[in-house]
Amino acid sequence: MEWYLPVIWAGLIGTAVMLYVVLDGFDLGIAILFPTTREEGERDQMMNSVAPFWDGNETWLVLGGGGLWVAFPHAYAIIMPAFYIPVILMLLALIFRGVAFEFRWVAKPRHKVWDFAFWAGSTVAAFAQGLILGGLIQGVKVVDKQFAGGPFDWFTPFTLMCGVGVVVGYAALGATWLVYKTEGPVAERARRQAKMLVPGLLAFAVLVSLWTPYAHPRIAERWFTPSNLMLLWPFPVLTAFCGYMAWKRLHGAHEFTPFAFTIAIFLLCFLGLAISNYPYLVPPGLTIWDTAATPAAHVFVLIGVTFLLPMILFYTAFVYWTFRGKVKADAGYH
Amino acid sequence: MEIDAFLLSRIQFAFTVSFHIIFPAFTIGLSAYIATLLGLWLKTGNPKFHLLARFWTKIFAVSFAMGVVSGIVLSYQFGTNWSRFSVAVGNVVGPLIGYEVLTAFFLEASFLGVMLFGWKRVPPWLHFLSAVIVAGGTALSGFWILSANSWMQYPAGHEIRDGIAYPVDWLQVIFNPTFPLRFAHMMTAAYLTTAFVVLATGARHLLAGHRTESAKTMVRMAILMIALTAPLQALIGDFHGKQTAIYQPAKLAAIEAHWDSSRPGALVLFAWPDEKAELNRFEVSIPGVASLLTHGSMDALFKGLKDFPPEDRPPVLIPFFAFRAMVGIGVLMILFGWAGAWLWKRGTVFEARSWLLIAKHSWPAGFLAILSGWFVTEVGRQPWLATGLLRSKDAVSPVTAAEVAISLALFVFVYCVVFAAGIVLINRLVEKGPDEISPEEPPEQPSQRPLKAAQAPAAAIFGDGRPGDDKIQPAS
Repeated sequence: MEWYLPVIWAGLIGTAVMLYVVLDGFDLGIAILFPTTREEGERDQMMNSVAPFWDGNETWLVLGGGGLWVAFPHAYAIIMPAFYIPVILMLLALIFRGVAFEFRWVAKPRHKVWDFAFWAGSTVAAFAQGLILGGLIQGVKVVDKQFAGGPFDWFTPFTLMCGVGVVVGYAALGATWLVYKTEGPVAERARRQAKMLVPGLLAFAVLVSLWTPYAHPRIAERWFTPSNLMLLWPFPVLTAFCGYMAWKRLHGAHEFTPFAFTIAIFLLCFLGLAISNYPYLVPPGLTIWDTAATPAAHVFVLIGVTFLLPMILFYTAFVYWTFRGKVKADAGYH
Repeated sequence: MEIDAFLLSRIQFAFTVSFHIIFPAFTIGLSAYIATLLGLWLKTGNPKFHLLARFWTKIFAVSFAMGVVSGIVLSYQFGTNWSRFSVAVGNVVGPLIGYEVLTAFFLEASFLGVMLFGWKRVPPWLHFLSAVIVAGGTALSGFWILSANSWMQYPAGHEIRDGIAYPVDWLQVIFNPTFPLRFAHMMTAAYLTTAFVVLATGARHLLAGHRTESAKTMVRMAILMIALTAPLQALIGDFHGKQTAIYQPAKLAAIEAHWDSSRPGALVLFAWPDEKAELNRFEVSIPGVASLLTHGSMDALFKGLKDFPPEDRPPVLIPFFAFRAMVGIGVLMILFGWAGAWLWKRGTVFEARSWLLIAKHSWPAGFLAILSGWFVTEVGRQPWLATGLLRSKDAVSPVTAAEVAISLALFVFVYCVVFAAGIVLINRLVEKGPDEISPEEPPEQPSQRPLKAAQAPAAAIFGDGRPGDDKIQPAS
């Protein structure tokens, strides 16, 4: 009980964060690509392709943050102050991007400023998420189960690289989503962009995969110990395969598979990072067991999750199904 | 007072939560109103309800977006600025927030998509159901957050080991003693607040000469809601106050600015409480009434602040004045609502220019009352974050004052820009009104044929349904 509850919760929060990254990833991604067209109708089409979903997608971020608090209060209490500036930056950026969805339509024809807010908010939010991810991988200074570092500990070349990597990765998700959900010039341009962005995403994945074992012996040990390598070699191979398939399918006429393969790349990278760091939740010192909430709290919420998570997934699927198919010009309610 | 991370974090939380509360309070009420309109449309087939539902859905979308983005800020601030709070009570309060996300946030956010974009995608009954689910989701969200807040006001169902709270009985945690009344008070406040916004919108269009059936319907429905819920709210508030005497006597003493315990306690109508000198200046009071109102007896003891050690006393000025603002607004709401009901009964409400003029400007009334009420209850909880368990000053994160100062400045700047823009845009939608904003297209006929018998009572309240009342007649 004491042993496996934190493992289950780590899995659940990992799932929530993963779902957030993929789902809000393409929302943020289409916004990152906003400046690549000046055509108002095309921007409408891009925004409409995610408008019915974005709010539900962003809720996974609340579940990720809230879940971390519920299940690992000590980790939550260290990570949030440690990344105070990037977290606040992300929240402020998400404010601009979130309200832009509604403000842009009401403000028309004077909506340029909200086009900018949509792009800048999404780009900064993605970048800040990369900073937090990178900062967590490189480790947090903890004394007595409390954050004991400085306000800019997260500011390193590695975290900046992760920030750019996440922006590029989300843009790749956004571009392949547009290939899948739109038609005409928007889809054609997105396909051209995806052909560059997917290799870009892979390049960053390679960079992180080389940098982290080089900088952190514990990660090198995890991957390159012969017995582990025997088990883990499919990860890089599968990632390369998915990248190749996404790229190849983009050169054909496929509409859905590039998006699916890009998601798969994200999934594999995420699993790779989890393997690198397990069982540490706040590297380098604190494991999921060190930071866990009391089993009573774990069980109480787990009971709810057992019933509610399938329901959530079911009605999320229902909403996606309701708004299936290509985005038409009259898709909005506006 | 030292400017440190603690003080700045308090200001930041007060600022962000005060901005946030405006939007959920409004959207809880508005989602219920939209669901009601869609239900009435399905039942009666009268297109004016559809017109109004479409109109308010646009305003709802803008408000909801602002509520969502400002709410995420709060859920992360527990960690960024109050990390010791997260650890000390995380085992107990965390799961309540967890359930809020699982039961309410996903529900609202997902069906919001259907509600906003599904007008033509899904059949009317499913669209109506989505609106009902969104309304239910917002209320459920209120349930959990009020439960968590009430637990902080008066913790129950837990035990303390090494300064950390552990749950013992979840039912006692969730349904802690002050929760049911606080929840009822907040939900009623939300519905009342929305009723005033609807009323002001209807009145504005009537005064501007748009004597449309949709404007009249808004005014009628709002009067009905206000005349019923404003007095109900006073009643709930009264019970809530009596309960505060039992569970948070120091808060009540601060609200009433009572320094010495007295039997019977006088009701202080006005005063300038001097916290240093521990006395009231310029006091105007009625002997005995505080004991009568709170304990139902003229001989009851009313506890004073001096009964509590100075380090356990809440500040007095804010609870004292905010409470009077809240009650004052509440009383005016009751009188105004009843005046409207009386004018409506006489059949002159749409001609009563002075009443309509007040109505037009009454939209902030509910928001001001809600903010006042929250200042009373949250400042009155001080110096505790969780009463008796954790003091606010012991809960702050190990972050620097400079970090919090920067984030606070950014929040003030961003909120002022974004929310000012939001209010301007909502005002633009309100100005256009339902008849201009909603497209000309006649709404699809609900699958169900209206029943004459069922239509009659609804018509009595919401419009007489005479031919020519509406621009678009239901196809029959």
